[in-house]
Amino acid sequence: MSRTTTDLLYLVTIVTFILALRFLSRPDKARWGNRIGAVGMLLAIAVTFAQNEVVSYWEIAVGMVIGGGFGAVAARRVKMTAMPQMVALFNGVGGGAAALVSWAEFHNRVPAQGNLKLDISIAIMLSALIGSISFAGSMIAFAKLQELIKGRPITYPCQKFANLALLAACVVIGVTLVAGVQDEWLLWAVIAGSALFGVLFVLPIGGADMPVVISLLNAFTGLAVAVGGFELENNVLIVSGMLVGASGTFLTMLMGRAMNRSIANVLFGAFGQVSESAAAAAATDGGTVRSASAEDVAVMLAYAHKVVFVPGYGLAVAQAQHDVRQLADLLEAKGIEVSYAIHPVAGRMPGHMNVLLAEANVPYPQLKEMDEANPEFSRTDVAVIVGANDVVNPDARNNQGSPIYGMPILNVDDATAVVVLKRSMNPGFAGIENPLFYNPKTVMLFGDAKDSITKLIADVKSL
Amino acid sequence: MSHGQLLVFEVTILVLAIFLGFEVISKVPTLLHTPLMSGTNAIHGIVIVGAMLVMGAGNKDTLTWVIGFVAVILASANVVGGFVVTDRMLEMFKRRRPERAPAGEDGKPPPQ
Repeated sequence: MSRTTTDLLYLVTIVTFILALRFLSRPDKARWGNRIGAVGMLLAIAVTFAQNEVVSYWEIAVGMVIGGGFGAVAARRVKMTAMPQMVALFNGVGGGAAALVSWAEFHNRVPAQGNLKLDISIAIMLSALIGSISFAGSMIAFAKLQELIKGRPITYPCQKFANLALLAACVVIGVTLVAGVQDEWLLWAVIAGSALFGVLFVLPIGGADMPVVISLLNAFTGLAVAVGGFELENNVLIVSGMLVGASGTFLTMLMGRAMNRSIANVLFGAFGQVSESAAAAAATDGGTVRSASAEDVAVMLAYAHKVVFVPGYGLAVAQAQHDVRQLADLLEAKGIEVSYAIHPVAGRMPGHMNVLLAEANVPYPQLKEMDEANPEFSRTDVAVIVGANDVVNPDARNNQGSPIYGMPILNVDDATAVVVLKRSMNPGFAGIENPLFYNPKTVMLFGDAKDSITKLIADVKSL
Repeated sequence: MSHGQLLVFEVTILVLAIFLGFEVISKVPTLLHTPLMSGTNAIHGIVIVGAMLVMGAGNKDTLTWVIGFVAVILASANVVGGFVVTDRMLEMFKRRRPERAPAGEDGKPPPQ
């Protein structure tokens, strides 16, 4: 197949990808968009097979069966609650593939051509660097979300300095490479060094900041693929990679805005460690925690006019989304107005709560975004917090010493009463005390969210 | 086309893709941000083209073979996993039926 035909067919793939993203603006059409994208991907693979340079079909096919089989099984089996780690994993393998491709390109081009063209060597270096950071960072994010390692920030002395020095070293080696010292060892050093940087840069980031990190790593992989397009002189990689890069950047900025923190602060702030003691001291003085039984809470709910559920990561951990929906249905049958208030950074990735509630078939009109939900709390009788913590922490409004000061929150304390479903009094993943728990309006219902909701359902029924 | 012209051409495409990306993605509702992430995840699986070009080359040494093979495995996991997971998620968003208007116990619509 001639290069012109190939490139034209790749253009069709580009169009399908753009359509896939366009269709995502309509929930009812989005699934078709995704399928169009998948067809475009198949076309690109077929076209690549037909290229003159590609001769070893079987080896590719075997690799595809292994990788595709793994991907299909993992994607079929994963629970909706485990979606963030799955996205992190697929993101990582993409970044890893981009880094490997540039390594192979370098390895093959250097002996044959002597000196590489400047732009090609820059592309190889950047793609290896970014892809490798994305791979290692995503794997750590995966391990944290899967709770293979602690979700809390992990810190050590001189962390920022060490990380920056490492990144700077990688860049310097990369520049040496581009400047003409084309020793393959240098590229290996860039790949290994930036993988180490990826590990070190995600380790200190706490669970609550995961939405920012996952979005950012998504942007990185996209960028690595786009840059890879330059070394292969391939438009489909450039455009597709950049679309992903733009999407990831967009989401990262959105998440940062939702937390009212700069991205640099999220990445290098080592959240939750900075002024934890100050925040804790300020928050807990005076006030005690009131704990209630499921029966008490059931009575509160059954005699309310308006109930708002506030889901958080705890909902995903307890996998309580279906039970919450059942409870909501029960309350609605009693004529109580029910809605869900969703904070943009609730959960571990953008839109996490929406996916869970969609799985439980909660109708869209009941899902309220923060701007829409906040004015409604003043006429809400009971706000039920299911596994959310930082996104309802009033310290974000009042306590300048708090690490989350300035973050827009759901003003659940405007409601007449607040019920917090929580496993224990341990502070959330960010490790910050929450004065909401000490508010006289608040009652705590301790226990696993799923068990508590099941009890509430039984008790509301028996009223 | 000279190499320089090709490069300028590629950079032009890159810059346009950035603007296009922001334009298209800013229209995606918050509701669908997770499928957006996994969908874009699937799209960057296009790196499989690069992996295939490495792996498919005729006379390659062992190192290239190994790198290419691993790259193909990673990229195809990315492609298949990304599209399947996104499809599963979007399926949940699609089945929206007006079933919540309280139907009679026998399934008939309630009397007006």
